[in-house]
Amino acid sequence: MTLTIDGQEVKVPLGTTILDAARKIGAHIPTLCHHPDLCVAGVCRVCSVEVEGMRTLQAACAFPVSAPIKVKTHTEKVRLARRHIVDLLLSDHYGECYACRRNNNCELQSLAKEHGVDFFRFGHPEKPAHAIDTSSYSVVRDLNKCVLCRRCVRTCIDLQEVGTIEVVGRSDHSHIKPFLDKPLGGVVCINCGQCINRCPTGALHAQDHTDEVWAAIDDPKKHVVIQTAPSPRAAIGESFGLPAGTPLTFELNTALRRAGFDRVFDTNFTADLTILEEGTELLLRLKKALLLREPAAFPQFTSCSPGWVKYLEHFYPEYIPNLSTAKSPQQMFGAVLKTYYAEKHGIDPKDIVTVALMPCSAKKFECNRPEMADSGFKDVDYGLTTRELAKMIRESGINLPDMPKSDFDNPFGTATGSGVIFGATGGVMEAALRTVIELVCGIKVEDLFEHANIKPVRGFEGVRYVELPITAVGPVPDVLKHLFPHWNFLKGATLKVAVAHGTANAKKVMEDIKKGGQFSKCHFIEFMGCPGGCIGGGGQPIPTSPEIRAARAAAIYAEDAAYEIRKSHENPDVALIYKEFLTDGPCGHQSHELLHTHYTPRGKYID
Amino acid sequence: MNTIPTFASMDPEAGLKKALGLSRPDIIAEISASGLKGRGGAGFPTAVKWNFAASAKADRKYIICNADEGEPGTFKDRVILQDHADLVFEGMTIAAKAVGAKEGILFLRGEYTYLRPHLEAVLAKRREKKLLGKDVLGANLEFDIRIFMGAGAYICGEETALIECLEGFRGEPRNRPPFPVNTGFLDRPSVVNNVETLAWAACILQQGADWFKSKGTEKSTGIKIFSISGDCKCPGVYEFPMGITVAELLSKVGGENARAVQIGGASGQCIPASEFSRSIAFEDIPTGGSVIVFGPHRDMLDVLHNFLEFFVDESCGQCTPCRLGNRKLLEGVEMLKAGTCSMAYLRELCALGESMQLSSKCGLGQSSPCAFLSVVKNFRDELMGRTTSLTHA
Repeated sequence: MTLTIDGQEVKVPLGTTILDAARKIGAHIPTLCHHPDLCVAGVCRVCSVEVEGMRTLQAACAFPVSAPIKVKTHTEKVRLARRHIVDLLLSDHYGECYACRRNNNCELQSLAKEHGVDFFRFGHPEKPAHAIDTSSYSVVRDLNKCVLCRRCVRTCIDLQEVGTIEVVGRSDHSHIKPFLDKPLGGVVCINCGQCINRCPTGALHAQDHTDEVWAAIDDPKKHVVIQTAPSPRAAIGESFGLPAGTPLTFELNTALRRAGFDRVFDTNFTADLTILEEGTELLLRLKKALLLREPAAFPQFTSCSPGWVKYLEHFYPEYIPNLSTAKSPQQMFGAVLKTYYAEKHGIDPKDIVTVALMPCSAKKFECNRPEMADSGFKDVDYGLTTRELAKMIRESGINLPDMPKSDFDNPFGTATGSGVIFGATGGVMEAALRTVIELVCGIKVEDLFEHANIKPVRGFEGVRYVELPITAVGPVPDVLKHLFPHWNFLKGATLKVAVAHGTANAKKVMEDIKKGGQFSKCHFIEFMGCPGGCIGGGGQPIPTSPEIRAARAAAIYAEDAAYEIRKSHENPDVALIYKEFLTDGPCGHQSHELLHTHYTPRGKYID
Repeated sequence: MNTIPTFASMDPEAGLKKALGLSRPDIIAEISASGLKGRGGAGFPTAVKWNFAASAKADRKYIICNADEGEPGTFKDRVILQDHADLVFEGMTIAAKAVGAKEGILFLRGEYTYLRPHLEAVLAKRREKKLLGKDVLGANLEFDIRIFMGAGAYICGEETALIECLEGFRGEPRNRPPFPVNTGFLDRPSVVNNVETLAWAACILQQGADWFKSKGTEKSTGIKIFSISGDCKCPGVYEFPMGITVAELLSKVGGENARAVQIGGASGQCIPASEFSRSIAFEDIPTGGSVIVFGPHRDMLDVLHNFLEFFVDESCGQCTPCRLGNRKLLEGVEMLKAGTCSMAYLRELCALGESMQLSSKCGLGQSSPCAFLSVVKNFRDELMGRTTSLTHA
C-alpha cells in the first residue's frame, strides 16, 4: 500500500497506521495517548492529521491505511487544532513545571514547547481540584496533573491484566480511579508501577524516600549502606543523557560514595545466595516427591519479584504453597547486613541504615511488609528507585558518566554473572539452572550450553518453556550433603521449567496450571511482575519501550559475559557466609530464620 | 396527535412477505432505488450500509436498531415504537434477510423503559405469527430480536458507543475505521439503523421505491418524521416531505413568529428568521427530525447555555476537544451573559469550536459546537453588545 505523507510517498503493509507510516519516513507527528507498549486509544487527538477527501481530521495513531490516501501532517487546520488541544489540556492541568518531578521529562511540557504555547489561552487552574493519594507504599497519584490519556488504565487492564484503575464518570468529571474511588493503598494493586512508567506527566510517581535517605546520610551516627541491583545500573545512564543499555555499575559505586553512602554493596551477592536457597528448596521438593514419595507443591514459583508475589497473593492465593519461601535478594541483603555484617564489623545494627537501589516500585512495599524484620530490625529501611537515586546524584552535583570506576565494598565484593542476569526475564531461571545442573549432574554447564549461556530461557517472548533431561548425576557437593544422600532420584528425570514476565503472561500460565495443562507439569517457573523483568521495572527511567528494554537487557547479558565467575555456587563470598554464619547450610535453620519468609493470602476482597 | 398517517396506512406484513420472495441483492437494490438515507440525522445511504454488511464475510452478523433517542427535542422514535413497532421489527427482519443476520437487537433508551412491556408483547406476537423465529414464514430465514436497555447516556446513540455498551463496556465511541458494518458488535458485521429508517425500509418494500421517491427532493427522498417542540401553537410529531422550507413547517405548526429554530437538536444548527426560506433536507439543513422553535422573547444566549450544559454533561470524556472544549464554550457563554467576554476571546472560542468540529473523535464533539458557532454567526449584533472591550485576562 502506497500513501503520500506531506508529498512524500511511502510504502507500508495494509493496515499500518498513519503514525507508523510517518515514522518510517521520519515525518514527526506529535502524540500523547499513544504508547508503543499499549493498544491504540485515539483519545488525546494530538496526532490529528488531514486526510485528503475527509471532512474531519483523523487521529494518525488510530487510522489504519487501507487505500492510497494523501496525508498532510501540519496544515493550518492541523496546527491550530493541535494547539487548541494542548491549550485545553493545560487549562485542566494544575501545577507549574518547575515544581514537578517530571520537569524536563514530561510529554505535556514537550508538546507545549513544540506547539509554541506562550500563555494559557483557555486559562489555568489556580487551585488543585484533587487531594493527592499517598496511601500506597509504592505509587502516588496526583490527579491534578492527569491528562486522561488513559495510558495507566491500558497498562493496568490490558498490559498487566490487573485492573486496579479505570475511568469513572463522564465528560470533564471523568477521572482515573481505583475501585469505588478507594485509596490506592487499600485496593487490589500489585505496586508494579508500570502505570508510572507510562504516565506522560507527573500524575503518577513512586513514593519518594530521598529526603529520609539524605537525613540518614547527614546523621554522623548512622552507618548508611546501599546495595545496588543490576537493572538500575544498566538504566541509570538514561537519566544522565546516555543511550539505553549503557551500564554504569562501577561509576555508580564512586558516585554513591561521593554522595555520602558509607558502603556500597552488590545485590548480586544475595542474588547468588537466593539461587543457593531457592535451588536447594527446589531440590528438597524434588526429593520429597521423587525419593520420599510425599506430596510436594509443584511447580515451585520464584519469589524475588514483589509485584508478582502480591499478584499471586491477590489472584491465586491458593497457590501460596508453590511460592519459594526464599526472600528476594533485596530482603536477604537487609537481613544479612543487620546481622552478619553488623557482627563482623562491630556495628550496632540499630545504627545501620540499609538502602536498596532497585528498578522497582513494589520493592518499597516489600521492605515495609511487617514480616520483613527477621534481623530484629526493619531489614531494609528504604527502597530507592533508579529515578530517585538519579535525583540524589544530580543533587550532589555529580555527573555520573564522568565518574571514575571503583569496586564494590567487602565482605560482599565478589559477584557472579548469575546475579547480574536476575535483571532480565529468564535470568533467575538461567542462574538457577547453571547451579542446579552443576551441583546435580556433576558436569559443567558449558558442556551443555555454549559459554554457559542458556539461551532457551532468554528473550522477550511472553512465556517460555524448556525441558532439561537429567541423564546422569554426580556426587552430592559438601554444602548439600546433610540434606541429600545421593542424587539417584533425579537420574532419568526431565526437569521442566518455564519463564513468564508481566502479570498478563503470569495469568496465562496460572490459568493453564489451574486447568492442569502443560505448565502444571513444570517443576520450576520464574515469574516476573514487569514486562521484560526488572530491567522494565516500575522504578526505571522514563520512557520505556520494547527497544529500550532490549537495550538494557543486552547490557546485562554483556556484563554477565564479562564476569570471571558466572555461577552463583562458585561465589567465594557466598561460600564464606555459609562457613562463617549460616553454618547449617542452605535451607538450614539459620537461613530459614533469616532468609526465608511467608506470604499472606489476600484475595480480591477489600475493606 | 400521535399516530403517523403514512405508517398507519401500511399493512405490517406485506413488506416482509415481499422481501422474503426477493434475493438479497434485489432487496438492497430496492432500498437503493428509493434513495433512503439514515433518519437518525447523519443521512448515510441505507442501501450502502446494508450492502457493506451483506458483502462482509463472517460467521455471524447483527441488525441493531438504535432506539437510544437522546437528542434534545427528539421524540418521534418514541411515537413510532409505541404505535408502529411492527413496522420497525419488520424493517429489521428485512434488513436481516438482506445482510444475512440471525440476531437483531433493539437498543432501547433507558428513559423508555416503560415501552418495553409493549415492545416485548409485539415481539411475542410476531414470534407467534412466525414473523420471527427459526423459520420466518417458512421462507428459510432464521431471525429473532431481543431488547437491550440503555442506561441513559446520550453518547450511546453514537453507533460505536452503542455497540461498546451492548458488549458490556463503558459507552464510548470507538475509533473508525473499522466501521461497524465490518467490525461491529462482538467484532462481527453489524448494521446499526435508526428506528425510523427501519420503518421506512419496511414501507419501501411494501410500496416500492418509486412511491417513496415521489415525495421529497432528488437528493433527500421521501417523507421525514419530525419532533416539533418549543414556542409554537401545536408541538408534536409530524410527517413532512423532505425539502420542506422552515417557513412552511412553521406555518403548519403555528410558529410563524419565531425568531429562530434549532434544527437537528442540540447538535444541529440554529437558523435565524432571515434564513427561514431554506429547506430541511440533507443538501441544505440536515436533521434527525428535531425542530425546536424559539419565539421572539427568547434570549439566544439562554438557549446556548442550555445546550452547552447538556453537552458538558453528556460528553463521554474520552477525547480532549470534546471533554474540555465544551466546558470552555459553556464558560464563554457564561462570560457573555455576565458581560465579561472580550471580542478577542469570542473569536478564540469560535476558532476552538472549529477545531472541535475537526478533531473530536465522534459526532458528539464534532457537532456540539454547531449551535455556538451558528448563534455567534447569526446573532452577531446581539452578542456584540454583550462583549467587553477589555482583553480577556
